[in-house]
Amino acid sequence: MLGYYFWLAARSLRRNAILTALMIAAIALGIGASMTSLTVLRAMSGNPLAHKDDVVRRPQVDNWAPARGWNQNDPNDLPNLFTYQDAKAFYDAQKAKYQAIMFPNVLSVEPANREVKPYMATVLFTHGDMFPMFDIPFLHGGGWSKAQDDGNARVAVLSRATSEKLFGAEDPIGRTVRLGGEDFAVVGVMNYWDPRPHFYEVSSGGFQTAEEIYLPFNLGIERELNSSANNNCWQDPGQGYEAWLASDCVWLAYWLELESASDADEYKAFIDAYVTEQKKLGRFPRPLNNQFHTVSSWLEGQRVVSRDVRTQAWMSAAFLIVCLINTIGLLLAKFMARASEIGLRRAVGASKRQIFAQYLTEAGVVGVAGALIGLVVTAGGLAGLRLLYGEDGGATGLLARLDTTMVIVTALVAIAASIAAGLYPTWRACGITPATQLKSN
Amino acid sequence: MLVMRSLSKVYRTHLVETHALRDFNLTVRDGEFVAVTGPSGSGKTTFLNIAGLLEEFTGGEYHLDSVDVRGLDDNARSRLRNEKIGFIFQGFNLIPDLNLFDNVDVPLRYRGLKSAERKKRIEHALTRVGLASRMRHYPAELSGGQQQRVAIARALAGEPKILLADEPTGNLDSLMARGVMELLEEINQQGTTIIMVTHDPEPAARAHRNVHIIDGQVTDLAGAPPLRNATEALVANG
Repeated sequence: MLGYYFWLAARSLRRNAILTALMIAAIALGIGASMTSLTVLRAMSGNPLAHKDDVVRRPQVDNWAPARGWNQNDPNDLPNLFTYQDAKAFYDAQKAKYQAIMFPNVLSVEPANREVKPYMATVLFTHGDMFPMFDIPFLHGGGWSKAQDDGNARVAVLSRATSEKLFGAEDPIGRTVRLGGEDFAVVGVMNYWDPRPHFYEVSSGGFQTAEEIYLPFNLGIERELNSSANNNCWQDPGQGYEAWLASDCVWLAYWLELESASDADEYKAFIDAYVTEQKKLGRFPRPLNNQFHTVSSWLEGQRVVSRDVRTQAWMSAAFLIVCLINTIGLLLAKFMARASEIGLRRAVGASKRQIFAQYLTEAGVVGVAGALIGLVVTAGGLAGLRLLYGEDGGATGLLARLDTTMVIVTALVAIAASIAAGLYPTWRACGITPATQLKSN
Repeated sequence: MLVMRSLSKVYRTHLVETHALRDFNLTVRDGEFVAVTGPSGSGKTTFLNIAGLLEEFTGGEYHLDSVDVRGLDDNARSRLRNEKIGFIFQGFNLIPDLNLFDNVDVPLRYRGLKSAERKKRIEHALTRVGLASRMRHYPAELSGGQQQRVAIARALAGEPKILLADEPTGNLDSLMARGVMELLEEINQQGTTIIMVTHDPEPAARAHRNVHIIDGQVTDLAGAPPLRNATEALVANG
């Protein structure tokens, strides 16, 4: 019977092409608008380390001013970076399976290949534990060891794009790259790693692209660098780099991976003990309020997805509902206009269930057509966003891409929406009293 | 074929109660051609709707081809309608955007017959009403009499035990009406029971028996013909 229902649906929809086009357009526009927003929201709401959410952690401690918190409106909104002395203390304790301090900066790159001009590259100074902790994929080689960290080894990990830029398609492991006037041995090339959001360093926005080069953390300190993202102080740090390192200025990200989720309480107790100890030394003047985030709670707490994006998604969902109500009205008009046909079908032996299936099939066909056109509208909407914001000009432009999951979700939402829209008209169609319709025809 | 005993039908609204049928008793035997007459509002259409399982009744008994229809669910009633009853309506009730072949196909689709069997039945039914050559035409391309013949073909294709006709000649001129009546008589002669509701005395006169309804009750059962054969006598209600 399903084939018969499809055949009838196709005939019915062809019979009144304008009404059919209006219904499909209503669904397609609603789907297009809502899925465009949802795609951006979903991309922004992603958690690149969801599979390790229970073990990869980000502590937060409140070393801010005694009289004025980091966020005066929210006492639980703590500094989102660490001081050097605190991060180093946590790192040196080696209490976790992996731990890494990190900060971004830029260094000049002098390519050996004279055809490539020198340029400034973004660099993340970090510990070697970051690579296994963040499950970073490697095309060639790997990260560096703790011994290399401790020994200030001149080693570098390159992004794949940087490797291809400097060395072409060849494996550069063992080759050197000249950075900031110094040679570094290439030990690893990442294989397309660019997490969205840029969860490990969100102080200057959650959606910048991953760095081009990765160097041992201590080399950044050796070069007396600070962060190219954010450096925040609540009091004058004093003169000189030593004073900077000893200050209460926050500028470093610190991440760790526990052996297992059950170690979380123990690590949190360690942080509390450390801060309590520091309080005795006159630091941490504010009440004890340490936090120990998972990646997801960290992203939530840092409001990586702006309220505007959420509002936009809700608005477009409301628009979809308006479109669906419109479709319900159109379907209802269409089905009720065929009351005598329904009466006739019931009289010659169609059960209510069969009438329901027939008309729901018709609604489903409208939904499939709406889904297909809705996908095109969604792709168009996302292309429009990229054009409007620019692919390098912000998160919305960068993330406005339709992936396979969203294509499937869009199609399913469109079909589900049109079937939902078709339910009431179909139910009304089933309720038609055949006797009345047959006599009145 | 059809037995109604003490049947009643009451339409209720929050303001008023209307007794469309009351203590309605009727027996129609296999192979009969019964005309049901009566003034407007007497309950003829209500009777036909109940007989055709298009409406529930309030009280009494109704047996169709020995099946007690009381309490049957929608699926069972639909199946019974599909297998045992053919409808012919005053307004023909053809689906305008289906051609004659597909219109006649409608009840067969719900029977679940194979495509080849449906095709055979449709062609046979349309041949029987003299419209085999026009099976790809649409209803709007036919005269009223031809449309009613298509409706009859649709009813016949399901090979029903009983044909229920509601004013089948009501929308036709006298020439076309005569043609339709001749066709119904021919169908009846081939063994199909026919119950026809009509206002018109001329077609009513061609039936074997006239049943007159006034105020929801049968008032006259005159004119019952002799049974055609022994088999009919056995199955006839007694």
